Amino acid sequence: MTDFKISFSRKQLCIPYAVFLILFVIAPLVVIVYYAFTNGQGQFSFANFTNFFTSTNALGTLLYSFALAAVTSLVCLVIAYPTAYILARSGFKRKYVLLMLFILPMWINFTLRITALKEILSVLEGNISAYPFLNSVIGMTYDFLPFMILPLYTSLLKLDNSLLEAASDLGANKLTVFLRVTLPLSVPGIISGITMVLLPSMTNYVVLDMLYNSTYIMGSLIGSYFSAYDWHGGSMISLVLLVIILIVTLITNRFSDKDTAGNRGTML
Amino acid sequence: MKTALKIFWLSLVLAFIYIPVLVLAVYSFTDATMVGAGISGFSFENYINLFKNEELRDMIFNTLILAVVCAAISTVLATFGAIGAFYSKKLPKTLLNTANQIPVVNADIVTGFSVCILLIVLMRINKDSFIPLGIGHVILTAPFVYLSILPKLKQMDNSLYEAALDLGATPAQALFKVVIPQLIPGILSGFMLAVTLSLDDYFITTYTKPSTFDTISTYVVNATKGSQTEIKTALWALSTLIFLIVIIIVVLMNILPKAKKGAEK
Repeated sequence: MTDFKISFSRKQLCIPYAVFLILFVIAPLVVIVYYAFTNGQGQFSFANFTNFFTSTNALGTLLYSFALAAVTSLVCLVIAYPTAYILARSGFKRKYVLLMLFILPMWINFTLRITALKEILSVLEGNISAYPFLNSVIGMTYDFLPFMILPLYTSLLKLDNSLLEAASDLGANKLTVFLRVTLPLSVPGIISGITMVLLPSMTNYVVLDMLYNSTYIMGSLIGSYFSAYDWHGGSMISLVLLVIILIVTLITNRFSDKDTAGNRGTML
Repeated sequence: MKTALKIFWLSLVLAFIYIPVLVLAVYSFTDATMVGAGISGFSFENYINLFKNEELRDMIFNTLILAVVCAAISTVLATFGAIGAFYSKKLPKTLLNTANQIPVVNADIVTGFSVCILLIVLMRINKDSFIPLGIGHVILTAPFVYLSILPKLKQMDNSLYEAALDLGATPAQALFKVVIPQLIPGILSGFMLAVTLSLDDYFITTYTKPSTFDTISTYVVNATKGSQTEIKTALWALSTLIFLIVIIIVVLMNILPKAKKGAEK
């Protein structure tokens, strides 16, 4: 009897947190779905749904967001992969300190970092509003690069050296070892890095606003519906984003390893 | 790859990361009002303005208070949540882990907007009560505290808790004197992580904050739309200060554990 009581009380500790998650994480998502499929009078309606999927503006925004996010992810990957590779696989002493150097700016407020970037871009380009897409990619890369470096570093650090040695013993040259062994084994890192960059760069419209890119991305749509008090339209956009996030999560869960998931600040 | 080439590449990436912040830091100590303009003199004016201007002082203070209070609430909630989940049966544990994962993978803007819809639009809670803002920041941060405590629970020697009970401790004593002390590193890093996430947040704050309240993020975004040079250059000083504080904290966190280990040896 006492045993039961003890184990029961330990389990009970999670009740406040469970209640909190149900009330403020699950319930808001249910409410979003409800608002997305009702109109201002509270009646069931497909209007928001059809408005979104028949409006060329909204679909254009979706495409532009995808393009921006895809290019940003690619640029981040191209910069981060060699960086993470060198940091993790080279014989540098104090690897951890070196890695810290690359991660450290992450803790400066991102709006202040973008302000700094904007000043530099203004000096380099003169009129920064002339290169909206380029600047947005640079801004997003500047903001999210650490999120790409971290998971890549983790997965490259874990790489089993004996596999690489075996490959070269069996006659593979350096390039073949990289392409056939290292690269495939770092796929989980690549995938979780891409998720860390892809989703924020579809939604973080502040970077665009601050760099004078007036084109909308998915985040800006929510922002504009919010300013216009159009809760139903905003909910529909949120729902579309939720579906995209769900799909991305389902795909990445198949590849990613548990250690690098949810990487937003594992360095601390 | 040759070592020189490797070092060249790393330097290039570091330059990309640091040049904007460092240039801004240099200009924050001058009387120039534009980066790239000629520097005529050295000046602490921006730093003085940063602390003299009431609006700026308030928003820095607001940001810090909000971060620390919300991180503390998140830490308590998520610590007990993680302990409870760890000792629960498989199904409730999986459900809790999954629910915990939602805000982690979700876009901040969707989290912020959905909380706004539920609390402010549907339940009509007044924004000025700070309740939506507080709840929003706890949702943002608690899941990460939970995630940083779970590994420590797995590493823990389970028999210690049983031993404490056998030796006559009440469950509460065993919890606070045996289990929680072993989780301290996870709890502390979770708390720090919660503070940094809250400090950096823009989207959840925007959708849940009282209209006259600003954090650093929302303030900077509004300030860049305006054209007040005094505020603009004071923000350069703020960016530099934060940069210095981050460096100091990172250095301390790397030195302290090593110094401790050295002392033990």
